[in-house]
Amino acid sequence: MLYREAGQFKASYAEDSQIFPIRQDKIGFWVLMLVFGVAVPLLANQYWLKAILIPVLIFSLAAIGLNILTGYAGQLSLGSAAFMAVGAFAAYNFILRIEGMPFLVALVLAGGTAALVGILFGLPSLRIKGFYLAVATLAAQFFIVWALVKFPWFSNNSSSGVVTAQDVTILGYTFATPEAKYILTFLIVAFMALLAKNMVRSSTGRAWMAVRDMDVAAQVIGFRLMRTKLLAFAVSSFYCGVAGALYAYTYIGTVEPEGFNLDLSFKILFMIIIGGVGSIMGSFLGAAFIVLLPIFLDNVIPMIFGDALGAGFVSNFQLIVFGGLIIFFLIVEPHGLARLWQIAKEKLRLWPFPH
Amino acid sequence: MARQIGDVIVDLQNISLRFGGVKALTDISFNVREHEIRSIIGPNGAGKSSMLNVINGVYHPQEGQIFFKGALRKKMEPHEAAEQGIARTFQNIALFKGMTVLDNIMTGRNLKMKCNFLQHALYWGAAQKEEIAHRIKVEEVIEFLEIQDIRKTPVGRLPYGLQKRVELARALAAEPHILLLDEPMAGMNVEEKQDMCRFILDVNDQFGTTIVLIEHDMGVVMDISDRVVVLDYGKKIGDGEPDEVKNNPEVIKAYLGTAH
Repeated sequence: MLYREAGQFKASYAEDSQIFPIRQDKIGFWVLMLVFGVAVPLLANQYWLKAILIPVLIFSLAAIGLNILTGYAGQLSLGSAAFMAVGAFAAYNFILRIEGMPFLVALVLAGGTAALVGILFGLPSLRIKGFYLAVATLAAQFFIVWALVKFPWFSNNSSSGVVTAQDVTILGYTFATPEAKYILTFLIVAFMALLAKNMVRSSTGRAWMAVRDMDVAAQVIGFRLMRTKLLAFAVSSFYCGVAGALYAYTYIGTVEPEGFNLDLSFKILFMIIIGGVGSIMGSFLGAAFIVLLPIFLDNVIPMIFGDALGAGFVSNFQLIVFGGLIIFFLIVEPHGLARLWQIAKEKLRLWPFPH
Repeated sequence: MARQIGDVIVDLQNISLRFGGVKALTDISFNVREHEIRSIIGPNGAGKSSMLNVINGVYHPQEGQIFFKGALRKKMEPHEAAEQGIARTFQNIALFKGMTVLDNIMTGRNLKMKCNFLQHALYWGAAQKEEIAHRIKVEEVIEFLEIQDIRKTPVGRLPYGLQKRVELARALAAEPHILLLDEPMAGMNVEEKQDMCRFILDVNDQFGTTIVLIEHDMGVVMDISDRVVVLDYGKKIGDGEPDEVKNNPEVIKAYLGTAH
């Protein structure tokens, strides 16, 4: 009833190619932006901001990065966490070693560094595909973490390898409170999500999807495989790198290379599988799902079973639920939550008169 | 308007192509003239598709020379062939399954789009203007091939005949000089074939596009082609106008066998 597009005519191609062509979607989008941009920082308590909302945003950004590479360009990667590590440590070193380095510039440079490393580890993709490429990116995962531990220069000779992120200061204002950090993260993530959406809906994104769906045909109509794949690696790693830097600076504050391990890479992969492969919105849904599910289970299981089961059981149970969900999504809805949302919208357009 | 068949645009001389010990093409020479419809026929495994792959740079023949618009062509990659105005469709549909019809056809114009990924990321301004300018061209192709109603449908959901048509649209969107069609009518019913024939003839007539066509339906081939080349076991056994080829004893032997 409410979700009708009747009477909304598109009179130009510009109108037809908007991100939200339907008015209700547009309204919904701005409501969400207002809620998360204004209402949440005003109302939410510190625990919610620090432990839930900031990580959801940061993981969404990393998931967008992986989605660009795996969902859009079709190149399977298990190295996302390593590229996050590159971003985190690059930002740390740029701010540490260059006097008066502005935070946002450092963030861009950190992303750029991750992009260069991404291009390097993307080179095997020119020769190998699918699972074999996943193994090559696995090498990136282990190599980068190893290199960050092995060479103390990266962590400014800290004996434990742990670095503490400097204060985040932009134009003299220090983002110290969770509210301020949340707003900063929110703005950066929203802006970068918009850029990603723009890329995937224009020729760049079509090139990626063409390579994903049928690389021979993509070549025959004029796309250059090498350039397209490496661009996907670069952009994807840029996003992961910025996510890694935010992870260090606005989320946990102190990072060590081992924190960016294979588990984290898998976590990001699960986010895009559950959220939706090849969908920017899916990246947000997946990240929110994966961050919230353990918290949800932590609260719900004791409620049902009491304390009889113990904390160890609860954390194992989480893994079981995760595994089950991954299998469920791979079988039932390979396009994830984003696709379920799309189906719901298609149903809503007809509801309550299905014919 | 009568088409004027022009000069030789592609000239293949003594092409041989081997895969290891398998000889796919042996010493084949033929040419394609501008604006003509040139068919390649032959039994299965005769090397027809390989021939197209040689023309647009997917395969590189071990021997022989290719002259394109009068100039000797060096070893080239498929995207370079595309840049020179050679478009093609595939025997087994090679559309981008996860994308909509519109996006698929838009990919056909990628070589004419000049914005880089940073402009795409910002979108407003140059990138949007370019996107819309090309959308208008794409809509012309959509209208020409009568697929307006499916432009927002993912191609994976379309029936076979329409997918073939979308693939033709994608090739046409590039505004090619030469269009290579690999069995555009395979697996179609009579009506779909008629439609496809009409589109091929219209393309040839309205845009003056040179067409190289592989097809098994002899009725279609003999009707619409200007000249036909016949391959068998990787060798050329006939070349000429349809009537000439039809009465060539070698061709009849390859298709029907001989009395012993």
